[in-house]
Amino acid sequence: MAARTLINVPKKAKRGEVITIKTLISHPMETGFRHNTVGLPLPRDIITSFVCTYNGEEIFRAALHPAIAANPFITFHTVATESGRIAFRWTGDNGFAAEASADIAVG
Amino acid sequence: MNVAVLRSMLWIALVVAGPFAAALPALGAEIPPDQRRSGYADMSPDNKAMQDDDTSNPGMLAVLDGEALWGTKAGTANRSCADCHGDAKTSMKGVAARYPVFNAARGQPVDLSQRINICRSQHQQAKPFAHESKDMLALSAYVAMQSRGDPIAPPDDQRLKPFIEKGHALFMQRMGQLNLSCSQCHNDNWGKNIAGNIMPQAHPTGYPIYRLEWQGMGSLQRRLRNCMIGVRAEPYAYGAPEYVEMELYLMQRARGMTIETPAVRP
Repeated sequence: MAARTLINVPKKAKRGEVITIKTLISHPMETGFRHNTVGLPLPRDIITSFVCTYNGEEIFRAALHPAIAANPFITFHTVATESGRIAFRWTGDNGFAAEASADIAVG
Repeated sequence: MNVAVLRSMLWIALVVAGPFAAALPALGAEIPPDQRRSGYADMSPDNKAMQDDDTSNPGMLAVLDGEALWGTKAGTANRSCADCHGDAKTSMKGVAARYPVFNAARGQPVDLSQRINICRSQHQQAKPFAHESKDMLALSAYVAMQSRGDPIAPPDDQRLKPFIEKGHALFMQRMGQLNLSCSQCHNDNWGKNIAGNIMPQAHPTGYPIYRLEWQGMGSLQRRLRNCMIGVRAEPYAYGAPEYVEMELYLMQRARGMTIETPAVRP
């Protein structure tokens, strides 16, 4: 099953307003430090990078590490400058890639 | 000290202790309805906020998976849940609030996950979902969420009576190396600390839940197994009838409380 994402971006904002963006993605974030029931190591499978762009311009980036829990929740702030699209991209081990986006109207 | 003095001291002790003993709540007594509270009430503001916002509640990820499963054709019958039941928002509303129910064909009560597997094997002619599998948790979370906000309303079905009584007996039954019953913690000592946590009253208001400690979804059965392991008892196998009996009793005990599925718990 593909990764599920949940995005919370305000639908509209005033120009210059500080807005909160919340993102949630389903991912096991397997650390690579655990073993299965017969003692074999479970290979690492994590999201390594998260990038947010606002009308194509990068406004936020995060590097993720094995200590981060499953289904990472990332929230941050930005200034609403213009109407347009806020896009998110997660990439990780084993070619993992997921994308989501939301539109915002700035007036 | 002579016998008369001893006897008078004993009387004083009884007279002094008497009123205090009467003031203590009876052990094993049920929680008065106006004092019942969901585990939600004991959570931190951050955890409450996480549950309240559908874009930060990680249980909603499972609900989205469940919504997809609801519309997916399965089995040799090539039917989806939606093909029979239509829109879950109307057809499944209130269902989780009244389960488990008596299944006449089996002659015993079934919980929501068993009901889903009956549908899968009989109507879809598909392989039943495994206990606690991702798909089972997702679909049951999606179905149960349709009752969010509804009061828990177990049916008045005489056929369920003996099973509820069995569940009540299990709730009062001491078990494990610690020799504790459910009631000793959840009726007699709720609100106090168990290590760093607050002892909840154990109302099944939000299952399946997203538990932060599990980093994932889990059913009521998983939660009950957790408690049994905690008192060093050997848990019943997944799918054992004892779990359904306990769920029946717990739903009676929580009658009228609000369904929160998908709940978040620490």
